Amino acid sequence: MDRTLSFDVTRRFPGGPTVAARAAWPLGEGLVTVLFGPSGSGKTTLLRALAGLERPDAGHIRFGAETWFDAAARTFVPPRARGVGLLFQDYALFPHLTVAGNLGYGLHRAPRAEREARVAEVATRLGLTELLGRRPGALSGGQRQRVALARALAPRPRLLLLDEPLSALDAPTREVLRGELRALLEQAGVPAVLVTHDRTEALALGDRLVVLAAGAVRQVGPVHQVFSAPADVEVARVVGTENVFPARLLRREDGLAVVLAGPVELVGLDPGDLAGEAYACVRAEEVVLEPADGHASSAQNRLVGTVVSLSDEGPLQRVTLDCGVRLVALVTRRGSARLGLAPGARVTALVKAPAVRLVARA
Amino acid sequence: MDLGAIRLSLLLAGATTLALLLLGLPLAAWLVASRSRGKVLVEAVVALPVVLPPTVLGFYLLVLLAPGAPLGRAFAAVAGHPFPFSFTGLLCASILYSLPFAVQPFVTALAGVDPRLAEASLMLGASRLRTFLAITLPLAWRGVVAGSVLAFAHTLGEFGVVLMVGGAIPGETRTLSIALFDQVQALEYGAAHRTAALLLATAFAVLVAVSALQRRRALWWTGR
Repeated sequence: MDRTLSFDVTRRFPGGPTVAARAAWPLGEGLVTVLFGPSGSGKTTLLRALAGLERPDAGHIRFGAETWFDAAARTFVPPRARGVGLLFQDYALFPHLTVAGNLGYGLHRAPRAEREARVAEVATRLGLTELLGRRPGALSGGQRQRVALARALAPRPRLLLLDEPLSALDAPTREVLRGELRALLEQAGVPAVLVTHDRTEALALGDRLVVLAAGAVRQVGPVHQVFSAPADVEVARVVGTENVFPARLLRREDGLAVVLAGPVELVGLDPGDLAGEAYACVRAEEVVLEPADGHASSAQNRLVGTVVSLSDEGPLQRVTLDCGVRLVALVTRRGSARLGLAPGARVTALVKAPAVRLVARA
Repeated sequence: MDLGAIRLSLLLAGATTLALLLLGLPLAAWLVASRSRGKVLVEAVVALPVVLPPTVLGFYLLVLLAPGAPLGRAFAAVAGHPFPFSFTGLLCASILYSLPFAVQPFVTALAGVDPRLAEASLMLGASRLRTFLAITLPLAWRGVVAGSVLAFAHTLGEFGVVLMVGGAIPGETRTLSIALFDQVQALEYGAAHRTAALLLATAFAVLVAVSALQRRRALWWTGR
């Protein structure tokens, strides 16, 4: 698959904000693209424009060789002709139809036998066979999510859109379903665009991150890259500058998980659902710096490295280190002066294990 | 009891209700969905019969649809007879007169259906018509039934419009309310009592039914 999704759209809201976003990415590389931004940044508007539920005021949307929308040429492909599945935030299951009725709804053009076979197939794949006769009112939040996903996947969409798929769930269910959702998306193999404002969700579910702020696309790139190397201050503010390392689980010991990030071993609290690939996240303000030949301490992670650059942020200083991986520390300027930090200086970075957040990548 | 008048009233109310379902539902759907500026005007026109004396409506219909007027000629060409003093003419007037009593409950009911459900239907490849018939209408059925029942009852009770455009031709335009008027004029108080009681009982039963429909907010599909 070498199709590219590209858009350059403008949507004005009377008396409100303007969304003017443009981006393009190949759908073949990286299954899940996350539209990430604070509320009001235009990510839902953009998703609805891709779905065809919202008509932009200007610009275009292209899916491979197809033009879905072009304001200048007055082209508008209606939602039902786009071959796109949409998972609504609150799932929008049809309350008067059974689970089977919901799953089969998008297959009405198929002959009855084919429709029933496809419903059974999707239900089996998502573990819904037992629930086919129930109505949505009798389902739990997690079950509703799976029904909604199955309903969107049943007509074999070419692109799957997900609007904050986990936000309708309570926190414990959300934790469980986050990993499950990534596995289901991988299994379905349909390119997906997912909207979220939750960075853990973005890390756990996304391959590619599209950062939106004030209606505009600010950065597009692999998730960990955008998180650890924001293109500008605005993006840094949106994603919250953080050290995000692709990592691999090495072993577990005493309730801790040891992961390998680049050449560096990091110790963090074991979230329990790690298996293989993960992201290790460390907030810059959680990193303590001391001289390279420092004394022993209780901190689990001691990373020796070289100062690459320094930049002032009010009373604080942002120190970028090369410890085998690129690590950013946020320290006071006084503290930095005491250590005599300058580019090329050798220092040890200390991070306590609880400050290393490990996010599983199913 | 004037059985002919009962039959005619039921026929008129039934036909009016059916016509209002066919015309009123699309109109209500448009009123719910539209963001056009002309919507306010359409809403006002639909609501007009609520406040307008029925005689005013009847008068303008007679003028507009008089056999010599262009609209009247068009009506005669389609219906095969002139507008005044005919059942078809009466039906047209009744539809206009009962329009708000059907359309306003329809609008409330359709607006109460989560618009995301219609969007979900569109995303699943359904046309707007299929979305309306398979999703919106089944979820709004209470309001649609309430509107239909109200329109039926309101048509049973109309008097001024019938008098203006229909007259009192037995079997053609002499409905129950007209029959009652005639009976009182003729000092037949016994017959008048029976007719009045029948209309009163029907109206009361209808209002009880409508209020029950609107009260029972608990939806049957929320359980198993």
